[in-house]
Amino acid sequence: MKKKEALWIYQKMNEIRLFEEEVHRTFGEGIIPGFVHLYAGEEAVATGVSVLLDEEDYITSTHRGHGHAIAKGCDINRMMAEIMGKKDGLGGGKGGSMHVADIEKGMLGANGIVGGGFGLAAGAALTIKTLRQDHVAVCFFGDGASNEGLFHEGLNLASILKLPVIFVCENNQFGEGTPFRYASASETVAERAAAYNMPGVRVDGMKVVDVYSATKEAIRRAKAGEGPTLIECDTYRHYGHFEGDEQKYKSEADQNRDRDPIPEFRKVAVEKGWMTSKQADEIEKEAAETIKKASEFAQNSPLPDVESLYTDIFA
Amino acid sequence: MTERIVTFMTAINEAMAQAMRKDDNVILIGTDVAGGAEVDHLVQDDGRYDDAFGGVFGLSKGLVTEFGRERVIDTPIAEHGYFGAAVGAAATGLRPIAELMFNDFIGFALDPILNQGAKMRYMFGGKAKMPLTVRTVHGAGAGAAAQHSQTLYGMFGAIPGVKVVVPSNPYDAKGLMLAAVEEDNLVVFSEDKLLYGMKGHVPEDYYTVEIGKANVIREGKDMTIVAIGKMVQVAEETAQILAKDDISVEVIDLRTVAPWDEETVMDSVKKTGRLIVIDESNPHNNTATDIASVVADKAFDYLDGPIKTVCAPNTPVPFATNLEQAYIPDAAKVLRVADEIIADLKQ
Repeated sequence: MKKKEALWIYQKMNEIRLFEEEVHRTFGEGIIPGFVHLYAGEEAVATGVSVLLDEEDYITSTHRGHGHAIAKGCDINRMMAEIMGKKDGLGGGKGGSMHVADIEKGMLGANGIVGGGFGLAAGAALTIKTLRQDHVAVCFFGDGASNEGLFHEGLNLASILKLPVIFVCENNQFGEGTPFRYASASETVAERAAAYNMPGVRVDGMKVVDVYSATKEAIRRAKAGEGPTLIECDTYRHYGHFEGDEQKYKSEADQNRDRDPIPEFRKVAVEKGWMTSKQADEIEKEAAETIKKASEFAQNSPLPDVESLYTDIFA
Repeated sequence: MTERIVTFMTAINEAMAQAMRKDDNVILIGTDVAGGAEVDHLVQDDGRYDDAFGGVFGLSKGLVTEFGRERVIDTPIAEHGYFGAAVGAAATGLRPIAELMFNDFIGFALDPILNQGAKMRYMFGGKAKMPLTVRTVHGAGAGAAAQHSQTLYGMFGAIPGVKVVVPSNPYDAKGLMLAAVEEDNLVVFSEDKLLYGMKGHVPEDYYTVEIGKANVIREGKDMTIVAIGKMVQVAEETAQILAKDDISVEVIDLRTVAPWDEETVMDSVKKTGRLIVIDESNPHNNTATDIASVVADKAFDYLDGPIKTVCAPNTPVPFATNLEQAYIPDAAKVLRVADEIIADLKQ
């Protein structure tokens, strides 16, 4: 990993964490309508993958898509406005938290449908392959989505057509309130890759460096025409499935899972000489400022015009 | 313009070939759209592939030979997977024609249409385009029974963000297909399998027929019959029979089920004062009931009799030949309801 990459990762990790904390706070104050699913705790995955992506690469996302959107370079102010249902939001306030997207940045949307991204990512990869572009598509998905039918159809299709797509599982141990260990007949998601004749790699999703290395190899394979890779990242969400979730399904051991990818990465990056403690402090301060501004921007943005209810249905 | 007599099926094949020649981003994807992928004996001496099926009806015959396996893509029998991919491909720069072999299989593939493709532009602030054409097949009469014969275009038409086209003749089939592929929106192109052998004049050149515009195929003053797809033939037959009694029927071929052409239908009803809608769908929550409700709402004062709909019964499609024929609306059924609303004319 290069210094520049490490600094970018640390910046984005902090932005994601503080963004989610601000969403948590403002949701609690009643400023955000609807359903919100927070990404905090899983920052090592979005950043460890996305640092290796260009703007022309595509990602599809999940119910908890804020982290992926920030890591893919979506405008943070407009993201916050979208989540608050405001006119300046990325979707003009018509998408909301579960549908944050910016197609110009290659972000094909958070998805309100569990597992909805498998097909979309395979399709983006089909475009890349058909038009002979030198890009990849990444499908972020949760352990819960690994039991949807489209997981199997999407992986099979991507494998037989040798599509340049990477399936990144964020195994945060719970699909809504149901533990992965209950819901999955296989012990890991990664081992299912064998059924679709692609590598299935399992990494510590709290360690950016591990996610980064696995992704780098998957991108190489994809661009070499060797087809898809499945990467399972063992991670953990700090908040509940949705905001307001009492998390009664978590055992004491689950509750005490206190690893945090952000201080972990800070320690590694400083030890490796990728950044100094002073740089880390500055990044943390800047991220706080970025998120504060985003929240102000979003709260000051007006509600959408009622006429916009009828626009953008057809091109 | 050179005109030739060709079948409905050939017209669609020709439209797809012309669309693919015109734009390299047009691909065809579906189960057995070529057939026999990877089968050695289908490779010709010059390295090009022949096709085994060209689609189960043979409709896409020859396309893989001309355009190759990279643009005519056979998929596993996995509708959810390849429809998801078709939506993703459409959002990122391709212009896919995705075939749902029978519309009955939509149960496997509804999410990509209902939740992804239809809504992306709306949710994403107007930035996404969805140039996806879904080709599918509906209709009873082929002895295919309850899981291969339904008429579901109305169900697709109920989804905001989806346009639905149902051609009734070879000329329209080609022009509407080319228009559908040119659209930057999700268009469901629903073909009645009983029309595949229908012959008609089809220009060889590239032309489009406007999506959203109904076609008044017979002018009249006493009654309007709006019909969809194969039912247009039933409407014409009915009109001819009624003409013998000096009853003048205006026949409208709806062409586009969603959005349907309110202006043309309304203008006609205001002129004739009577309306029958023929739709092979099951009788509730379908295109016919939608048209009837809108006309009742907006043109009540112009009506000289109740609006009538002639639909299939509220049953699954049966297999036995006589039952299946009883299922499909025909001129006799339309005449029965016509008699109820034109009694005043006959006095």
